[in-house]
Amino acid sequence: MDTIFAQASARGKAGVAVVRLSGPGSWEAVRVLAGRLPEPRVASLCTLSEAGGRLDEALVLTFAEGASFTGEEAAELHLHGAVATVAAVLRALSGLPGLRPAEPGEFTRRALENGRLDLAQVEGLADLIEAETEAQRKQALRVLSGEVGRMVGRWRGDLIRAAALCEATIDFVDEDVPVDVWPEVRGLLSGVLADLERERAGVGAAERIRDGFVVAIVGRPNVGKSTLLNALAGREAAITSEVAGTTRDVIEVQMDLGGLPVTLLDTAGLRESGDAVERIGVERAKERAEAADLRIFLVEAGEEPGMEPREGDLVVRGKADLGDAGGGLAVSGRTGEGLEVLVGVVSERLAGRAAAVGVVTRERHRVALGLAAEALRAALQNGASSVEMTAEFIRAALRSLDQLLGKVGVEDILDDLFASFCIGK
Amino acid sequence: MKHFDVIVVGAGHAGVEAAAAAARVGVQVALVTMRQSNIGMMSCNPAIGGLGKGHLVREIDALDGLMAQAADRGGIQFRLLNRSKGPAVQGPRAQQDRRLFQSAMQELVAGVDGLTVVEGEVVALRIDAGRVIGIGLADGTEVGAHAVVLCTGTFLGGVLHVGDVRAPGGRVDEAPAVRIASQLREVATGVGRLKTGTPPRLDGRTIAWDRLEMQPGDEEPVMFSFLPGDPLPRQLSCGITHTSECTHDIIRANLHRSAMYGGHIEGVGPRYCPSIEDKVVRFSDKASHQIFLEPEGLEDPTVYPNGISTSLPADAQEELVRSIPGLERAVITQPGYAIEYDYLDPRGLSLALELRQLPGLFLAGQINGTTGYEEAGAQGLVAGLNAARSALGQPPVTFSRAQSYIGVMIDDLTSHGVTEPYRMFTSRSEYRLSLRADNADQRLTPIGIAAGCVGQGRTVAFGDKSEALEQGRAVLQGVTFSPHVLAQAGIRVREDGERRSAYRLLSDPAVDWATVAALDPRLSELPATIRDQLAKDALYASLIERQRTDAAALQRDEAVVIPVAFDYRMISGLSTELTVKLERIRPETLAQAGRIEGMTPAALTLILAWVRKGQRMRAAS
Repeated sequence: MDTIFAQASARGKAGVAVVRLSGPGSWEAVRVLAGRLPEPRVASLCTLSEAGGRLDEALVLTFAEGASFTGEEAAELHLHGAVATVAAVLRALSGLPGLRPAEPGEFTRRALENGRLDLAQVEGLADLIEAETEAQRKQALRVLSGEVGRMVGRWRGDLIRAAALCEATIDFVDEDVPVDVWPEVRGLLSGVLADLERERAGVGAAERIRDGFVVAIVGRPNVGKSTLLNALAGREAAITSEVAGTTRDVIEVQMDLGGLPVTLLDTAGLRESGDAVERIGVERAKERAEAADLRIFLVEAGEEPGMEPREGDLVVRGKADLGDAGGGLAVSGRTGEGLEVLVGVVSERLAGRAAAVGVVTRERHRVALGLAAEALRAALQNGASSVEMTAEFIRAALRSLDQLLGKVGVEDILDDLFASFCIGK
Repeated sequence: MKHFDVIVVGAGHAGVEAAAAAARVGVQVALVTMRQSNIGMMSCNPAIGGLGKGHLVREIDALDGLMAQAADRGGIQFRLLNRSKGPAVQGPRAQQDRRLFQSAMQELVAGVDGLTVVEGEVVALRIDAGRVIGIGLADGTEVGAHAVVLCTGTFLGGVLHVGDVRAPGGRVDEAPAVRIASQLREVATGVGRLKTGTPPRLDGRTIAWDRLEMQPGDEEPVMFSFLPGDPLPRQLSCGITHTSECTHDIIRANLHRSAMYGGHIEGVGPRYCPSIEDKVVRFSDKASHQIFLEPEGLEDPTVYPNGISTSLPADAQEELVRSIPGLERAVITQPGYAIEYDYLDPRGLSLALELRQLPGLFLAGQINGTTGYEEAGAQGLVAGLNAARSALGQPPVTFSRAQSYIGVMIDDLTSHGVTEPYRMFTSRSEYRLSLRADNADQRLTPIGIAAGCVGQGRTVAFGDKSEALEQGRAVLQGVTFSPHVLAQAGIRVREDGERRSAYRLLSDPAVDWATVAALDPRLSELPATIRDQLAKDALYASLIERQRTDAAALQRDEAVVIPVAFDYRMISGLSTELTVKLERIRPETLAQAGRIEGMTPAALTLILAWVRKGQRMRAAS
């Protein structure tokens, strides 16, 4: 039986985040991270660390088998609520042998299997499960849209094709199928493996967990972007002056916005410029703003934003202290007018997205990508000499990627096979 | 009125296994067939086994069924497919002398205690209070039974097609079962049509063998049965030829006259056994298709040209055959034909192969949407075994996917239904490395003994073999070597000072038995069959170990039984789409529910919760 873990507390402004562990390896995991095993049911302050690096100062609770919420040996880690802290602890946990992120509803499932839920709780399960399903659906939509979706679609196709080629040489040995399929299989597997590794190491999910959301402030030169940033950050991070075009590079400020880690970007004002350096700055500003999770367009009254706002973006009237009443949200970096409302709106929108893409879900993806990559490496190593093992590892990779690719069944593989080869003597 | 515990209708490959299995369990069985002399007939190609199929034959044998023994006695060309690949994907196959196979099968059937063969056409099921209680024969005789197993093959509403000529029939020159087909359409839902086909049969004396490539059998034949058999009959070779561009032109020119393409057939045919018309249309860029010329017997000149199944009119068949190298002067002794027949949606079956709508009625073989002798035989065994157990008031015996290809097949059928005739492939099993043809007895014979379908002789032989395997395993795991000793013997391992057992060394595909055996005299003393088996186990041991968590989770879910009358509508939070699917398929266990398309972990948890709730409420009351 695996040991599972997940963040049990809701995300948001709370100061404390609870990570639950359940299964036979729970106590061992606590011993590894905390350096000791606290007595069951006694809250103990422990320093959690991984490979010498300190993760967090946490309150640790352990529960013996038969005396826990799932009925299994279990533990709870009460961490400081910062997303980065929780993410680091989850990551450390998934690195321990025998531990893996919980599937949706898995704690409930185990509690049920061990008879730890009463009938009233069973009745209430439907809501919980609906919520989980909705979160999964949103997650799937997010993963499968855009660039990532195209890449995942290609992985799916390539892995099905590779599996079909292997199966053709196994199940249809007397038929008119090519004997040496290995060069094609190797090409397909290496391609997917390279993608997987790039995704895992790269700017994808992992970096988001570390850095949180990116919010870009964009607008014409001298509309007050830097002043707004400084006001939000509470310190002089960007140089402000009356001269338009002061911010030639992109300035980043990391801050906590309503409990979420946010990187604020102050970008060069969007304008046509004769200055080559500034032109580069404007280009870079556009790129970074495009890639950000949310854009705050700072405009003057009656002005249109310089870029097309996307759904969820904010258009805000700047320099509210200079009078000029009008509709919509207005702020002033200099006087602080409207800032609280702006922070409220931004953090609300980001929290909505954070709920849809929980850190745990992302950790599960990271683990899945890792397992799939490992299986593909094993498949490549086995190669043509033991094709049944190779096929086994391709299947294992497909199973690991279930959450991303959707389930690939044997029928998908057979469909590809029968479409490609004339089978049947 | 005469009464039996179990009546089996149809004496093809499913029927004989069903009747024999039921009789082994110890009940009185009637095997009803239209013609006694046709028991065990091979209606299609003259071969048994292959990939996935050979695995099934071994599993039938492990449960003390008949097919393996008959195929060993009828085999005239044995080949172990995938011999150069790993043991998990090797499948035994043998060309059969039709008459030898059939007479072996008839002899085996005659030797089964408690089995009576009844000649006659079954025209009706007798039903009382929603339960099948016997059958009615065409001559008016009624026979009672506790359970009936239907193994109707292609006879149920069978229609033969040669070109645009169609005629009712179950096989060439045999009448179909029409009345019982129409009764089934009245009492059961989910009746559909499937189609299969055969090639024309040729007179082997008119084939130019000397111009053809010949394929001999293996020098050391691998038999099907785990029990020792008789000496083999004389062995033959098969010929190999191929279609030409000219053949394809003839087919294209006559396509509109084909039963398949002329729109005369509504049934769906299998993609992996396409007619030659299909091959030419779907793979039009392929210049030629392979044909195996398989002799049908030692004394029989008939040849089965495997690869040109067709439903073209007879004259076009002759033209197409004669366009094939080596067959320029070949004479067709019987034209190829397509056959359409009724099947019942297998999602209406329990894992014991009993029709949920009509208790007391078990179904096996093509009636469940499968194709192939081996698939039919395996289902027959399961249906017969369970029909007998139900007659004795014993609970059903079901088979897990983690344990057998039989389990994979029945689970696939009952969970997903069929869209084309279902055939076994090794790729259908997610536990392929452990479900090998070589260890079928280790996997299934103990289950068969517990279920009461394994006779005394096999029980004893199995016990002896298991003991020898245990001893051998102890030796292999007990003898260990240091990296230093291994290095001297030319086996490269990491210099970590750790001693490695002979068993562990054998898990490396690059290390063969001879090298390991040379290290310690105790190893070379092991009997060849025992060490071969152990070496195969060792080869996959580490991968199988990794799958153990999966298999354990599966078995946990298989242990959660969903009550037959479970009301999915009372579960709030389950989508309507899933509720409808669950009501149609009626999964028997949580594991089976989990394989339904569109099922989510969350929905499974909900079902589990309600099953548990029901249990607790029953326990409380």
